Amino acid sequence: MPDGALPVLDVKNLKTVFHTRSGDIHAVNSVSFDLRPGELLGVVGESGSGKSVTMMSLIGLLPSPPAEVREGQVMLGDQDLLKIGEERLRAIRGRDVGFVFQDPMTSLNPVFTVGFQIMEPLRRHMGMDKKRARKRAVELLELVGIPDAERRLKDFPHQFSGGMRQRVMIAIALACDPKVLIADEPTTALDVTIQAQIIELVKDLREKLGMAIIWITHDLGVIAGIADRVMVMYGGQVAEHGPVREVFANPAHPYTRALLKTVPKLREPRAEKLRVIEGQPPMLGAHPAACPFRARCAHAFDRCARENPARRLIGKGHDVACHWDHRTGEPT
Amino acid sequence: MTSPRKALVEVRDLKMHFPISGGLLRRQVGAVKAVDGVSFDIFEGETLGIVGESGCGKSTCGRAVLRLYDITEGSIKIDGTEIGTMGQGQLRRMRPKMQMVFQDPQACLNPRMTVAGIIAEPLDEHGKLSGKAKLDRVYELMDAVGLNRNFANRYPHAFSGGQRQRIGIARALALNPRFIVCDEPIAALDVSIQAQVVNLLEKLQDEFGLTYMFISHDLSMVKHIADRVAVMYLGKVVELAERDELYERPLHPYTEALMSAVPEPDPAIEAKVERIILRGDVPSPSNPPKGCNFSTRCPKVMDICRKLDPEYREARPGHFVACHLHDAGIMDNQTNAGSAGAPPRNEHKQQGEDA
Repeated sequence: MPDGALPVLDVKNLKTVFHTRSGDIHAVNSVSFDLRPGELLGVVGESGSGKSVTMMSLIGLLPSPPAEVREGQVMLGDQDLLKIGEERLRAIRGRDVGFVFQDPMTSLNPVFTVGFQIMEPLRRHMGMDKKRARKRAVELLELVGIPDAERRLKDFPHQFSGGMRQRVMIAIALACDPKVLIADEPTTALDVTIQAQIIELVKDLREKLGMAIIWITHDLGVIAGIADRVMVMYGGQVAEHGPVREVFANPAHPYTRALLKTVPKLREPRAEKLRVIEGQPPMLGAHPAACPFRARCAHAFDRCARENPARRLIGKGHDVACHWDHRTGEPT
Repeated sequence: MTSPRKALVEVRDLKMHFPISGGLLRRQVGAVKAVDGVSFDIFEGETLGIVGESGCGKSTCGRAVLRLYDITEGSIKIDGTEIGTMGQGQLRRMRPKMQMVFQDPQACLNPRMTVAGIIAEPLDEHGKLSGKAKLDRVYELMDAVGLNRNFANRYPHAFSGGQRQRIGIARALALNPRFIVCDEPIAALDVSIQAQVVNLLEKLQDEFGLTYMFISHDLSMVKHIADRVAVMYLGKVVELAERDELYERPLHPYTEALMSAVPEPDPAIEAKVERIILRGDVPSPSNPPKGCNFSTRCPKVMDICRKLDPEYREARPGHFVACHLHDAGIMDNQTNAGSAGAPPRNEHKQQGEDA
């Protein structure tokens, strides 16, 4: 991971609000991060942590209303994606930014052949004619490891298994050589042995194509295996962020620390009793002015209810949003 | 480990086939062999973990054991009583002994009933408690699973996923069962909530002496909760052993591959893990391959695996496996026949073998 290189994607202070009848929901609350060329950024969080909504906000995939991207800056190269408008965004989605979603069955169109769906972005964004698009589609299917690619172009999504469908999704996402690939829980719907296949494939493709990847998941194990950096989200904001080894070895945020302890490990001796994070996940954005984790936090004190902690640097590229210092065990 | 423990549940050659009908007259043209001849015991007070990937028949197996289906073949004994062939009337009288916790706490709770109503329903069906005694029992159950008594008159939608699962557990406990089938009880929950529910299940097991069949695809969690573990693949149990024995010394190539595929939340371990990447997908249970069901994906496949279905046998005391590699009779034949079979292991590759 080249440290000094200019980021391909630079997100600053992103705020997304959902307007609902029972009040505003602050789904994304001042999220900032960057993505460097060729790097894999893992985004971990539970349901409602805002990890998917953040990525949807970036490229204008949220329906508005009820969603409103209220503030922030999303620089892709030298353009601000929040300012350029729907028309130019449409040209960027699928060309500069590729997507892979969780459930390949619902994100593929069941009434078109797989070949048509791979050729669509090629013809639309790259202006290829049918013949060239077809040739490229075969190459792409071969690239993602689908046997007998030429013939399978004519098949419909339901004729593929779950793992193969996800490979098709990856092929579509890669069709136009994107600078950034956003993968939202791409292996969550798959079985472990198939998940292992897809992870191998992504590792392999990274080496071959060198694009930058944002990989969203709730599975700490997947992140540990593939990410360069990790961003832990909780209650719509970034709790902790840093190089993956550093964050797993020296977690600083009470949430990260508890989360790493609560997950049983297969390759380590069995614990007599599982460590528990008490309480329930937060209602989003009830108090955007306070720390969202305070109700479940073992170290919370009065300041946590008054002031939402800002991210502070605690090591090289490692930052945490918490009023409690994990090294001294005291408030900062 | 040979144990003098009493088997509460005894399952023998259980088969659950679902008919596929087709053609003009909707005749039966085939069958989905969801569960195809499994045998195991569950000892009193223990947790038997059932692991496997989607479509391996683990949930069907759990439901069949409780006779939620009319089984195709086989025998199921609960506490010595044969229920495999029992009629619905008699079965109903057995129900209080055996209960189930479902995967999706959203779908298994009636949204139009209050929590108290949901938990009291089995009491209404099977008991004769007066209004007051019933409410006391509901409160007692809510206390046992860690739900606030004040919420008894709320509806399921007012609860989070983890709390809903607690409601489902309280309902399963209402009739003092001895045996509970937990079908992926934590799969729909957030990581930070899973441990809460697992600890609750363990606490209740100690308190009430429950016996669990714990169905899950999460091998790490099964390692935590189960005493013995059965691994299923395509409708069959391929391996069954004590927990530590299975996780430390897996015998079946599928178990090995499955365990190696589990990602570990530790980058240092992840960097070292050697993964066995299985090729291809699970075959269809309506058309399983000839011979061993795993032969199409097995990295150690031999010729005989494609012809002969391996026998499910005890390879070590208490450690059952269905694989020719661990069948001394078959392996002796293989060695005697020289290069007739493919090498069983990579370390002694034999000459004259095509790759």
